[in-house]
Amino acid sequence: MNIEWYIVLSSLLFAVGAIGILIRRSPIVILLCLELMLNAGNLALVAFSRMVGNQEGQVFALVVMVVAACEVVVGLGLIVAVFRRRLPLDVDELRELRG
Amino acid sequence: MEEVLFFLAAIGALGGAIGVVAMRNPLYSVLALIVHLFSLAVLFLLLSSAFVAAAQVVVYAGAVMVLYVFVVAHVGGDQESAWEPIPGQRLLAPLLGAALFVELSIAVLGSSLLALGADGPKISPGFGDPEAIGRLLLERFLLAFEASSILLLLAAVGAVVLAGRQRGLGPDEGAGGPSERFAREEPPASGDSSPTPHRRVASEEGPPAPSQTPHRRVASEEGPPAPSPAGDPA
Repeated sequence: MNIEWYIVLSSLLFAVGAIGILIRRSPIVILLCLELMLNAGNLALVAFSRMVGNQEGQVFALVVMVVAACEVVVGLGLIVAVFRRRLPLDVDELRELRG
Repeated sequence: MEEVLFFLAAIGALGGAIGVVAMRNPLYSVLALIVHLFSLAVLFLLLSSAFVAAAQVVVYAGAVMVLYVFVVAHVGGDQESAWEPIPGQRLLAPLLGAALFVELSIAVLGSSLLALGADGPKISPGFGDPEAIGRLLLERFLLAFEASSILLLLAAVGAVVLAGRQRGLGPDEGAGGPSERFAREEPPASGDSSPTPHRRVASEEGPPAPSQTPHRRVASEEGPPAPSPAGDPA
């Protein structure tokens, strides 16, 4: 199977994740779309690793998974904290830091 | 065979991704992401990286998605309103996303990488199995391994600090729209077997019963309940 297909699929998934971040306003769904983008990056890393015949790209992909897990944990903690304060879960209404 | 499997997995991954973006209910978005992750694990297997595929299924589809499902169940899937802060945002965003895809494809495919048109080099049978990855992680990338473990520890501590019990919530934290939103969601005069006591607003309850644990309820953090016409303990 040609490696190009994996790369094209990866950029397509990245674009879909970016569209989701642009059009959705629930912070949970925005986190999910971030996961999509990180996974697209993972797919590109693993595909390039196979293309070069070197396993180090897979180690990169594993580290990206760790970072994604940390991001999810902190993001979901923020969402729960926002929910506890009974603020609206909508990224357009949580605009106190915007100035 | 490999092509068929690739296209099936690609359709699954793409459909899952589109489902994440398009579903109105966040719970369905999470389920679509699980489909996406399993399809990606199949793609990783096709790229002969077995350990990454296993970690994808175990870590992502197992642990992280369970976390998502719990948070969605706790927070509740609210439907987004159709209000657009930027006019034409939902129309413009797919166009910009398509432009991003075209740019990425041009950038990668036009980069004249040597192996882009090929299937990749011959690999040994042990390519990407746990032994090889573990050897790399614990010898050559030991520093990154330890740094990621510290990062995980920091994230766990940060999540506990963020989402733990907040004792210092002022009485005016949730005043205004959101409390009215939750007041609207309250089922009118249902039986007292309500499974979500913390979603109530203080003005809808009678005087707080001392037998209930007060720290479980957000409503008890609002000071004395306002005098309201609804004082009807069912």
